[in-house]
Amino acid sequence: MENLNLEGSAKTPTVTFDGGNGTLELKGRSIPENSIEFYKPLNDWIDQYATTPQSKTTVDVKLEYFNTSSSKCILDLFKQLEKLNQQNTEVHVNWYYEEDDEDMAEAGEDYQAIIDLPFKMIEVEEI
Amino acid sequence: MELIFIFVSIARPVGNIFEIYKQLEERNVIISFKGVMTSEILTTTLQIMESRMDKLEERPKIRKKVFNVLVECLQNLYHHIDDDIDDKSTPQNKRNCLFMIARENAAYIITTGNYIKPEDSPILEEKLDTINGMTRDELKSYYKQVLNEGTMSYKGTAGLGMIDIARKSGKKLEYDLTPINENLTFFSLSVRIQE
Repeated sequence: MENLNLEGSAKTPTVTFDGGNGTLELKGRSIPENSIEFYKPLNDWIDQYATTPQSKTTVDVKLEYFNTSSSKCILDLFKQLEKLNQQNTEVHVNWYYEEDDEDMAEAGEDYQAIIDLPFKMIEVEEI
Repeated sequence: MELIFIFVSIARPVGNIFEIYKQLEERNVIISFKGVMTSEILTTTLQIMESRMDKLEERPKIRKKVFNVLVECLQNLYHHIDDDIDDKSTPQNKRNCLFMIARENAAYIITTGNYIKPEDSPILEEKLDTINGMTRDELKSYYKQVLNEGTMSYKGTAGLGMIDIARKSGKKLEYDLTPINENLTFFSLSVRIQE
């Protein structure tokens, strides 16, 4: 399947979904006014990936900012991956946050509490 | 004061402009805007505030909080302006709104104002009072509950904005609902962010 590569903008993250090695990365900021529009292709890609996934799928979330409109879309994305995890691939989430960014660390914990996927919280100096 | 956008038709003597300027200066306003919120104004304002905070060498922690709260406040103005407000009694555009960003003693104060329908006023009031009555932990669980159970509107809003603003600012949301007439109520919100 084709990889999904989207270049980041002032309001949207860089998306690097690689079906060949099972790595899905979101990096940068996600603050579009209407996030549904932005996340739809990502959901569609995961649906496709679900048909022939790698044995391991790693999700790297490296977000500097995200708005509440995106938070719902990110949850839906995790829910999609949660389903996938019960099928034929093992899904792991790495949640990156910058040191001192308690809000982003807390946001990761919020998802961790809702979603049944292994989350690893990773503190970095700069995203 | 770095920049002021004031989109009003100047029918009055220019002498009054200094009064407006003085009032903004007294409130330590960095940027203010009155008009219809667009995606471009949103982007530009965020850019200006980022470079401004950069110049002031604000710590990353406050910088992020201000940016986050600002995004939610401005996107509220962008999304929640009712297109169907029915009022012909005043000539102003009901989709107009106002925002001001001020910096005062190392704190940032984001103030917004917009028209809402009077019938939406009690719902909003109840929601804000509920949020203001919550502890930090309660806000966290309320956020998770709405995030998990809530549905997305067609505008892409999730009903999380005010909860998020309260969580990130760590302060009570100061607000006012001013009835204008039977078709209009003016909603003002002021959020304080400091370390």
